[in-house]
Amino acid sequence: MNIRFTGFGGQGIILSGVIYGWAAILDNKNAIQTQSYGSSARGGACKCDVIIQDSYIYELVPSGNDILVAFSQPAFEKYKKSLLKTGILFFDSDLVNINSFEAVSHSIPATDFAFKEFGQKLFANIIMLGFFNAKTGLINPEAVEKSIKQYVPAKYADTNINAFRLGAGLI
Amino acid sequence: MTRENYLNKLKNQTRFIQGDEAAAYGALYAGCNFFAGYPITPASEVAELMARELPKSGGYYIQMEDEIASMGALIGAAWSGGKSMTATSGPGFSLMQENIGYSCMTETPCVIVNVQRSGPSTGQATMGAQGDMLQARWGTHGDHEMIALSPSSVQESFDLMIEAFNLSEKYRSPVIFLLDGEVGHIREKVVFPDISELNIYPRNISKVKTDVFGGTRIPPMIEFGQGHKIHVTGSTHKSNGMRDVVSQEAHDTLIRRLNDKIESNRNEISKFELQFTDVLDYLVVSYGASARPSMGAVLNLREKGYKVGFLRLITIWPFPNSIVKELGKKVKKIFVPEMNLGQMSREIERFVSCDVHSISKIGGVPHTISEIINEIESRVNKI
Repeated sequence: MNIRFTGFGGQGIILSGVIYGWAAILDNKNAIQTQSYGSSARGGACKCDVIIQDSYIYELVPSGNDILVAFSQPAFEKYKKSLLKTGILFFDSDLVNINSFEAVSHSIPATDFAFKEFGQKLFANIIMLGFFNAKTGLINPEAVEKSIKQYVPAKYADTNINAFRLGAGLI
Repeated sequence: MTRENYLNKLKNQTRFIQGDEAAAYGALYAGCNFFAGYPITPASEVAELMARELPKSGGYYIQMEDEIASMGALIGAAWSGGKSMTATSGPGFSLMQENIGYSCMTETPCVIVNVQRSGPSTGQATMGAQGDMLQARWGTHGDHEMIALSPSSVQESFDLMIEAFNLSEKYRSPVIFLLDGEVGHIREKVVFPDISELNIYPRNISKVKTDVFGGTRIPPMIEFGQGHKIHVTGSTHKSNGMRDVVSQEAHDTLIRRLNDKIESNRNEISKFELQFTDVLDYLVVSYGASARPSMGAVLNLREKGYKVGFLRLITIWPFPNSIVKELGKKVKKIFVPEMNLGQMSREIERFVSCDVHSISKIGGVPHTISEIINEIESRVNKI
């Protein structure tokens, strides 16, 4: 299962992937994670790849993605071709316009939800993580919540868990 | 906090970290207590972690003005009783070469991490490569042997770093840790062991005045500040350390001993992983990041009925020539996927009479499994 998280640098794209990769390991799967480096991690088309498998991972470069999560228009335009024909697209409906792109897709206004429910846009990535994990059923949500707690600052742990659950409830 | 307290806190923890970070943690377990370096992509995470963690375990971190100064600091720290390490990438590794030779000549244990990126020169700074395999062997001038290791996973980056320090102490030699940008930057699961279960090779220190540059094949060291007068020089020297730069015999004795201490232990130092060697027609040899898709390709080809085996080099130098010679007699063809234009492929050719085919890929992107399969299938006959 190849998953690519994309968006602007600063939207928590890389953190999403790290949290999700570690969650997969907590759920007794194998995972590797790679990410954009340096200036591209801060620009308009940042990406973070996570490969999850039951067996040992030999392929370091996915030939295509089963899941693409898009949080910005430039990132969507840059990486939409990486989505496999059988793949699923997840995107923030306020930030990305997929136009005539043909794919099985699901969207939520994650950033808007974050701002309205928690007063800050920065919870959008975790809302999307909850939504996308609930839709796909890839990882036990308890493992994802455990991972979130380990990676976010302690004082924001509860808010992030609430954000994750809010996302999961949107399916 | 002492090193023991620090490591006890890490004991049995599982982490999701990058290969660079795992190398740094491996060094802390191995007893590294001195790091000097200059940041460079894709090796900066090693320095970053050491800057943060080394002081907590009782060690010292210093950022130097450049890479050759870093190597100099490593050598000074080692002679003062420290276990020292630096981390760099190709451009910095080039700058270190003069002092790497000095550590060979003065038999100074230290570990040099080279997280390889695409070169030559500045090349592709953020893209991984395996382009410094031969530079690790012959980068510094003059006759010398070298020890170089290359991990293929994040866990191995941790485990093998402990081996790197042990070899460095055992053979009183610099050890090159050849990560590549890929293994350096991927995050994977790592399990930290209990320090009491590890073998950490102690430095052989003489408490009494003795020759530290001869007398035995691997003489003991002394520690600066412990009262013994000693001369450490990169010039040709006698067993007591004093210069003798004109006698043919002095140079011959010294350099042959330095080479011999590694060459005569080649089989003991050489580590490799061998898979599927029952009845073979073909062999795939790889290492580092390239070994991952290579093994994936071998598994796939075997399912299709090809009699193909797999050899993963863990020790790059001294080259594990015995196993390569032996397998070379059994197979019709050897394939060598690597992220350079055939550097180790050429080394393999020296030891076998069968055909050796380099599957090279450069540009900073690792091979895919299907690329390797296609390349092999187009050159072999299915049985």
